[in-house]
Amino acid sequence: MPFKSTVGDYQTVATLETFGFLPPMTQDEIYDQIAYIIAQGWSPLVEHVHPSNSMVTYWSYWKLPFFGEKDLGVIVNELEACHRAYPDHHVRLVGYDAYTQSQGSCFVVFEGR
Amino acid sequence: MAKKYESGVKEYRDTYWTPDYIPLDTDLLACFKCTGQEGVPREEVAAAVAAESSTGTWSAVWSELLTDLDFYKGRCYRIEDVPGDKEAFYAFIAYPLDLFEEGSITNVLTSLVGNVFGFKALRHLRLEDIRFPMAFIKTCMGPPNGIVVERDRMNKYGRPLLGCTIKPKLGLSGKNYGRVVYECLRGGLDFTKDDENINSQPFQRWQNRFEFVAEATNLAQQETGEKKGHYLNCTAATPEEMYERAEFAKELGQPIIMHDYITGGFTANTGLAKWCRKNGMLLHIHRAMHAVIDRHPKHGIHFRVLAKCLRLSGGDQLHTGTVVGKLEGDRQSTLGYIDQLRESFVPEDRSRGNFFDQDWGSMGGVFAVASGGIHCWHMPALVAIFGDDSVLQFGGGTHGHPWGSAAGAAANRVALEACVKARNAGREIEREGRDILLEAAKHSPELAIALETWKEIKFEFDTVDKLDT
Repeated sequence: MPFKSTVGDYQTVATLETFGFLPPMTQDEIYDQIAYIIAQGWSPLVEHVHPSNSMVTYWSYWKLPFFGEKDLGVIVNELEACHRAYPDHHVRLVGYDAYTQSQGSCFVVFEGR
Repeated sequence: MAKKYESGVKEYRDTYWTPDYIPLDTDLLACFKCTGQEGVPREEVAAAVAAESSTGTWSAVWSELLTDLDFYKGRCYRIEDVPGDKEAFYAFIAYPLDLFEEGSITNVLTSLVGNVFGFKALRHLRLEDIRFPMAFIKTCMGPPNGIVVERDRMNKYGRPLLGCTIKPKLGLSGKNYGRVVYECLRGGLDFTKDDENINSQPFQRWQNRFEFVAEATNLAQQETGEKKGHYLNCTAATPEEMYERAEFAKELGQPIIMHDYITGGFTANTGLAKWCRKNGMLLHIHRAMHAVIDRHPKHGIHFRVLAKCLRLSGGDQLHTGTVVGKLEGDRQSTLGYIDQLRESFVPEDRSRGNFFDQDWGSMGGVFAVASGGIHCWHMPALVAIFGDDSVLQFGGGTHGHPWGSAAGAAANRVALEACVKARNAGREIEREGRDILLEAAKHSPELAIALETWKEIKFEFDTVDKLDT
């Protein structure tokens, strides 16, 4: 009788921090997360980097943080514009909290190759 | 006017019960739950507590007339009933700032919970809360880094952090121990932890452990592209050995070390916290022995006091219980003291056990660590209770996975991220927890198996130490 194991093999995956273990989000799911950032009073911010360099602290800003921006559509357009300008880069969305000087939210929206 | 010396025994209440006193902003305030011996009036018991925890002794002594004791004495200024308890009462005591050495939690506790706890006129005594005045807080360094800096150093944002204690907690060689660390971290955890019992035993000397753990964290970091850390326990028999271990952790480029603040002691803890600030190291704090002190509802020290003391003494993460796991913890009371760890101002709120307004000023926050008997089914409740500024630690709930620790880690990471994503999208994660986890498991065989493995485990015992209502 051949040996049958119930143990699976777990393969290490390279991930990009928060939400790295979930499947890519649909457009609606990304809208929900942007709406959350805006509802918390945080400023949306788009950052990008070449995948070979993803562990550095400072990813490049796309333009400047969108201080006080409340329009979901504007943020979606900026994410897409950044992705078009740097198609091979990772692009992440940050909810920047000026009160704590921290990031209330941060996740990669487009993965570069 | 100068007083005359009259020898003999005076009633404590003549001197230390001052119901008209209005506490100063600079006073250190304490609330004790007192249970006196039968027949002793409340005012006398309360005044005795104030006296014995400050300037008084059982007899009048001539030498107290050499100073102005009215300036230095602690005073009981209020007595309150304890809801639902006919025997006990709350005594509120104000201590002048000059009774305490600047920056010394050790000194505060030596006074407030020293001899007085063995006092014969009392059957039980429990320190429920301390209001530290800003004037004292400003003399303490507090957390070496604080929540904001820890997030920046570890590059973790928008979610609770995920950790796990290495098991079996005793008996692994250094190399085998490093293997388990590596498995957990490659599977998606942010941190692993030395068990509190691991110091430097014959089966695994500290230096050997530190070296293998450093290799494991570095490798996992390289392979996953995420920042990783392991709490290297520097608790030791002497301060000299503690610092030696801390120095070596730094030399190995590790981001975080660990200390047991109650068994190690407040003096050691404050010293190590200062070393961490100076050397750019994060400090994880374990709380072994706390339940000996804080679990009895009528005697000892409530954990909210021990939590406040740790924030002042210094630490970046502190164990707080889980509410839902295998260890004791009332939900409202836990929420009350995790506020004390993380917020800059906590208002008086008896429904959470906070007896005073507490202003923390600019002092950094401490991550609340939930650890002990929790698994992936608890994730929705844990995220709801603890929020983002917490570290959720699954020991058995990671290593007990049928595929091993890496798969167990991945299962927990998927569950955590699914809950955070759902919360952000406006879903009520405690009510919809089951659906959220089952949906997430569709994309993760590791989570599906974990949910199956732990579906029957519950820890439903009533808490021993409840809030007084």
